[in-house]
Amino acid sequence: MTGTDENILSIRDLKVNFSTPDGMVNAVKGIGFDIKAGETLAVVGESGSGKSQTMMGIMGLLAKNGAVTGSAKYRGKELVGLPKSELNKVRGAKITMIFQEPMTSLDPLYTIGRQIAEPILYHRGGTRSEARKRVLELLELVGIPDPARRIDSYPHELSGGQRQRVMIAMALANEPDVLIADEPTTALDVTIQAQILNLLRSLQERFGMAIVLITHDLGIVRHFAERVVVMRRGEVVEQGTTEQIFENPTSSYTRMLIDAEPHGRKAPPADDAPIILEGRDVTVDFQIGKGLFSKGPKTFRAVDGVTVRLHEGQTIGVVGESGSGKSTLGRALLRLLPSDGAYRFGKQDISRHDRRQMRSLRKEMQLVFQDPYGSLSPRQTVGEVITEGLLVHEPGLSKADRDRRAIAALQEVGLDPAARNRYPHEFSGGQRQRIAIARAMILKPRVVILDEPTSALDRSVQGQVIDLLRKLQADHNLSYVFISHDLSVVKAISDYVIVMKNGEIVEQGETDAIFEAPKADYTKALIGAAFSV
Amino acid sequence: MLAFVLRRLASAVPTLFIVVTISFFLMRFAPGGPFNLERPLPPATMENIMRTYQLDQPLWRQYVTYITNAVQGDFGPSYIYKDNSVAELIGKGLPYSMELGLYALLLALIGGVTLGTIAALRQNSLLDFSIMSLATVGTTIPNFVVGPVLTLIFAIVLSMLPAGGWGDGSLRFLLLPMIALALPQLAVFARLTRGSMIEALHADHIRTARAYGLPPRIVVITHAMRGALLPVVSYLAPCAAALMTGSAVVETIFTIPGIGRYFVLGALNRDYTLVMGTVVLIAIFVIVFNLVVDLIYGLLDPRVRHD
Repeated sequence: MTGTDENILSIRDLKVNFSTPDGMVNAVKGIGFDIKAGETLAVVGESGSGKSQTMMGIMGLLAKNGAVTGSAKYRGKELVGLPKSELNKVRGAKITMIFQEPMTSLDPLYTIGRQIAEPILYHRGGTRSEARKRVLELLELVGIPDPARRIDSYPHELSGGQRQRVMIAMALANEPDVLIADEPTTALDVTIQAQILNLLRSLQERFGMAIVLITHDLGIVRHFAERVVVMRRGEVVEQGTTEQIFENPTSSYTRMLIDAEPHGRKAPPADDAPIILEGRDVTVDFQIGKGLFSKGPKTFRAVDGVTVRLHEGQTIGVVGESGSGKSTLGRALLRLLPSDGAYRFGKQDISRHDRRQMRSLRKEMQLVFQDPYGSLSPRQTVGEVITEGLLVHEPGLSKADRDRRAIAALQEVGLDPAARNRYPHEFSGGQRQRIAIARAMILKPRVVILDEPTSALDRSVQGQVIDLLRKLQADHNLSYVFISHDLSVVKAISDYVIVMKNGEIVEQGETDAIFEAPKADYTKALIGAAFSV
Repeated sequence: MLAFVLRRLASAVPTLFIVVTISFFLMRFAPGGPFNLERPLPPATMENIMRTYQLDQPLWRQYVTYITNAVQGDFGPSYIYKDNSVAELIGKGLPYSMELGLYALLLALIGGVTLGTIAALRQNSLLDFSIMSLATVGTTIPNFVVGPVLTLIFAIVLSMLPAGGWGDGSLRFLLLPMIALALPQLAVFARLTRGSMIEALHADHIRTARAYGLPPRIVVITHAMRGALLPVVSYLAPCAAALMTGSAVVETIFTIPGIGRYFVLGALNRDYTLVMGTVVLIAIFVIVFNLVVDLIYGLLDPRVRHD
């Protein structure tokens, strides 16, 4: 649906400030834009751009230390500074929101039926049984299967996609004029993302509400929004129609965002490159639930008979949605968890290696994690973090030698060597991921398993990390197993792709073959969802 | 659910057995015995007594005898309160301790949760600081100080309440010991509630409730409080067990005829059977209240329902 010219929400000179122990932080610095009735407006920016805080400010949802000033008029009615009791007549009724984390955005202790009914009862009145009827209609509308049964389910009994549908049902309950969707699909698998976005679009066509889509994902914006507001560091950099923004961006920042989509390809390894790491029939079972009086252990098969052959200098991309077993496979290949199968490292059979025997190989086989925040100890300096492995694997090195190696490793990943005397929290997400890579590289490994190394990063930073990984690979003839749910990243770095689902390989092949002529329906769905939303 | 309860009760048996075994041998390894007085008894008399109470037999046989009798509900005679069996002593005192403990528990729970919630809603305000300072005072001042001070003020200076005794069991008699008993626990409940309530108020689903314009009453009580009570409920079990099995200090200060003093006196006098009886009683209370708490937990949180 195309918007009319009526401005339903007008934002002028809006500022959001947070008072912190380090002084005032200006998160939003006097911005202005309009939202027209029935349109889809995307507010785009990287983390810290203030895109979420703008909306939170208008809706009175800022943290306690936050304050909003300026003007935001809904149909001529000023929302900024409105008493909570008055604001409560607008939010949840005329303007509604859905959030990034459908997992935590619903109260785990109440049924979804009750939670959807609450705003109906509060804003419209009526009896509980009337509200329940309306909830059933809404659940049907958002495509929850078997609503009569699901209405009494608790959030934990639903999948992530279903929970987001429940949030959408809640948002539609009072037929709002504006629906604010704050990163509504970021926490969901790609195939589910597409379903949720299509649902939003069809509901918009039917009910004609305006949608404000807050996102960092330009792929979604391009296919979904009519107008775009680009934000950076609390300011609006540029705004215009989607076509204008993508075809003729006027600001260099917008240009950079658009170009940040990972591109380029990796040079293939030599044809006769020997196998460096092999896992045959890798099978991993997890034990779930075993008590003193329960009837024997139950097991869950996370990886089921998967074979991986990694050649020197090669990158194997392992893709799949959450729960597909791809991370477990990565850990099994490194012999980090109990698993069945035959394993070889170079010419060595390591199937029967115990922990002590594996320790001497650990130096050669490194692991880099997704979360650059959780995987670095906050109490160690960067220098201590990255040289820790040397203490174990090369105990003969002197302190000065270790320091030299730390400087070299930091330079190699593009960080200032002075960084080694600082603490991880002083660095941005992308810099921390570089630190994590330096920690692996300092040991001069031959195989690196990268588990979603770019998923927590902004797009523009992702591109830089991918470039870095490709450069390190070329310089040191490294072999990677690159685990990711993000197909565009996998495409840019892999020679060979394995698609996993429910612990099994659905399809595998050369990167080009997989992306250009996928055979399995599941691969087609994944690729379709990733490149067409 | 019934199956869950039965399974839990079944697993309580080995737990109790281990508790009994450990305390039996610990008691026996402590130096001295129930009949070692300041002026030693003549050896013949001592021998006679030891034989009467079967204390002359090897330790393992005493242990087997004790377990065999205990399983049949016979916890033996008290060595110090010579005319009473342990079961009689506990049976007589327990109702007093339980009643007083129950009142103290309710006072601590209701008072603590209320104060903690208020403190959380007014986080970092003067009110919050005052409540939390009081809570610190509550936990740090021992009840052998609180008890006499309460008596001094309300019984002696103001002459409003009796200084001690069970009397007719009315609130007049029970109020002061109840406060003395409840105060430290009330402080713990207040702290726990404040902490979990602050966390609960920052949860994403509270933001959702606010975004949907729900009034503060519903946001705080329906959504934040129920989740915030979960850690509070966990503390309920050890707290209830501690309060309802009597406090030696409070019962002595206020001359309550409960069982609180038996544990201390029993241990000091090496009254083996009395100590063992009290240990078994406390263990049963802890096990039962843990079970009750797990059931309450299941009611509060659908994610941990027991079926």
